[in-house]
Amino acid sequence: MIVKTLEQIELLKQSSLLVGKTLAEVAKILKPGVKTIDIDKLAETFIRDNGAIPGFLGYGGFPGTLCISINEEVVHGIPGKRELKDGDLVSIDCGTYMNGYYGDYAYSFAIGECSDEVIKLQQTTKDSLYLGAEQAVLGKRVGDIGAAIQSHVESFGYSVVRDLVGHGIGKNLHESPEVFNYGRKGTGKKLPENLVICIEPMINAGTKNVVQGNDGWTITTRDKKASAHFEHTVVVKAGKPEFLSTYEYIEEVLKINNNIR
Amino acid sequence: MAKQVSIEQDGTVIESLGNAMFRVELENGHVLIAHISGKMRMHYIKILPGDKVKLEISPYDLSKGRITFRYK
Repeated sequence: MIVKTLEQIELLKQSSLLVGKTLAEVAKILKPGVKTIDIDKLAETFIRDNGAIPGFLGYGGFPGTLCISINEEVVHGIPGKRELKDGDLVSIDCGTYMNGYYGDYAYSFAIGECSDEVIKLQQTTKDSLYLGAEQAVLGKRVGDIGAAIQSHVESFGYSVVRDLVGHGIGKNLHESPEVFNYGRKGTGKKLPENLVICIEPMINAGTKNVVQGNDGWTITTRDKKASAHFEHTVVVKAGKPEFLSTYEYIEEVLKINNNIR
Repeated sequence: MAKQVSIEQDGTVIESLGNAMFRVELENGHVLIAHISGKMRMHYIKILPGDKVKLEISPYDLSKGRITFRYK
């Protein structure tokens, strides 16, 4: 685990800020009928215009700037010809690389007219993210974060994906520790102050089991039921965690764009 | 982007190396060395070149794998 200095946290914050702006920019064009490859191109142009490099492009061979995962796709969806439809739950995960540090977080948008089930899954996942983030304080352990997320979503009958986990972030996109979205209270590594971690619950409406697609990236649920994914970057502090990522920009766009929720 | 803890993939056995190890070709063309899982050895599940198998691979070392299932 690499504990960051305050200067490094400031750089991470700038990188994260750009992710938020990119997600907001992307949210503006979201509506039924938009191709995911077009969303990806817009994000890449926007990130490069702001003097950064897309963080995911080429990471482990990933071909896109964004991970766009629709409905049954959990994460790591490769942007392509698939079009957004009414009632889709689309997770958009964005990463940037700026001044030597990565920014990484995600939001799940509900497109057009959605069923109540989709909205409920989206809201529950979002709530669980904040509950998990609350546990990211000095003196707690990694297992506390997972336990908070797991107990919340399982009370609604949803399940937590086991094969994918959150991570530390810094000069590398994936750093130690692994932040599990499930677990038991009081287990795992102790969280030191100024550790920067990405908490990202991936919550399935049906089974927790997932399968990897033939493209080597796309993770889908085994029973093809919907899955939601939210992610925040937080700094472990005494008393209260500090959020490096913000949904502020996205929420502003949500007010203007009636096609998404 | 979420971090993967274990990767499950399918492959075909191309060579038996002895010591319960096999050379396996994945569907995406990668060739790696794989071990039979202990549970499969306990149940005397035999594996021959040409068999289709399920593998678990750690993202930290993509050149080694663990065979967890032999398809019929």
